[in-house]
Amino acid sequence: MKDLIFFLSGLVFALGLGISGMTDPAKVSGFLNVTGAWDPTLLFVMGGALAIFMPAWFFRIRGMARPLVEERFHVPPHGPIEKSLILGAVIFGAGWGLAGYCPGPALTALAGGSVGVLVLVAAMFAGSFLFHKINQRGG
Amino acid sequence: MNGIEQEWMMGLAGGLLIGVVVSLNLLTNGWLTGISGYLQAVFRPMEDRRGKIIFTAGLIAGGLLLLLFYPEALPAPAGDTGVLRLAVAGLLVGFGTAMGRGCTSGHGICGVGRLSRRSLTATVLFILSGMVMTWMTGGLS
Repeated sequence: MKDLIFFLSGLVFALGLGISGMTDPAKVSGFLNVTGAWDPTLLFVMGGALAIFMPAWFFRIRGMARPLVEERFHVPPHGPIEKSLILGAVIFGAGWGLAGYCPGPALTALAGGSVGVLVLVAAMFAGSFLFHKINQRGG
Repeated sequence: MNGIEQEWMMGLAGGLLIGVVVSLNLLTNGWLTGISGYLQAVFRPMEDRRGKIIFTAGLIAGGLLLLLFYPEALPAPAGDTGVLRLAVAGLLVGFGTAMGRGCTSGHGICGVGRLSRRSLTATVLFILSGMVMTWMTGGLS
């Protein structure tokens, strides 16, 4: 059951990205391009997602003792803002602006069969792996 | 309805669908949907590793459905984005999301939706950083 939900979640998430235009890097870039022909579509996507998730969280899920299928929630506690959070977000944003792909759309766009997307996704895994390698060594 | 209005409505429709998925994944499986975290399950051990790999496969399966029924949604990388630029972009996205512990889904939707200060900070920063990089390198179209 759990695995089926994970699979369908991934599948429908990808459909949502495709329908909304977020698998088109030009549209994402258009949102980030505030000094050019600005495209607000990404705001509508985030707004739509938040319009569902915020009330679901605050009015319903937050007060539940346990989720319906699993034994417990895996929601991280609100913690301090570390340097790694700040630096990581800035580095991620730079990569996002450079090609117009964040992780979800990149993985979804793999199906398009473009070599460029494949290169980007491979590099994304490599970058993530590299961080954990360095982080491990540093303790 | 003109083209731009329609694009906003499609954006809203897709966003609502994503909101439903994120809510149901949390309601049933108890997990926030953070794609940059899930994809790490492919190469490192973590809780519910198999499920997160399955989610990642589900994203690609969803991409295949798009390819069948709505192929316009999957254009090749924009403009003159060369392979080197895509590789550098991928490295930065992978490294940065691992370091900052989240991306557009985990911080941008799940964290902002819970009004987490960490995620609000990260989201503002990655959007600003993306805007600066876009300004420096020129937008894709």
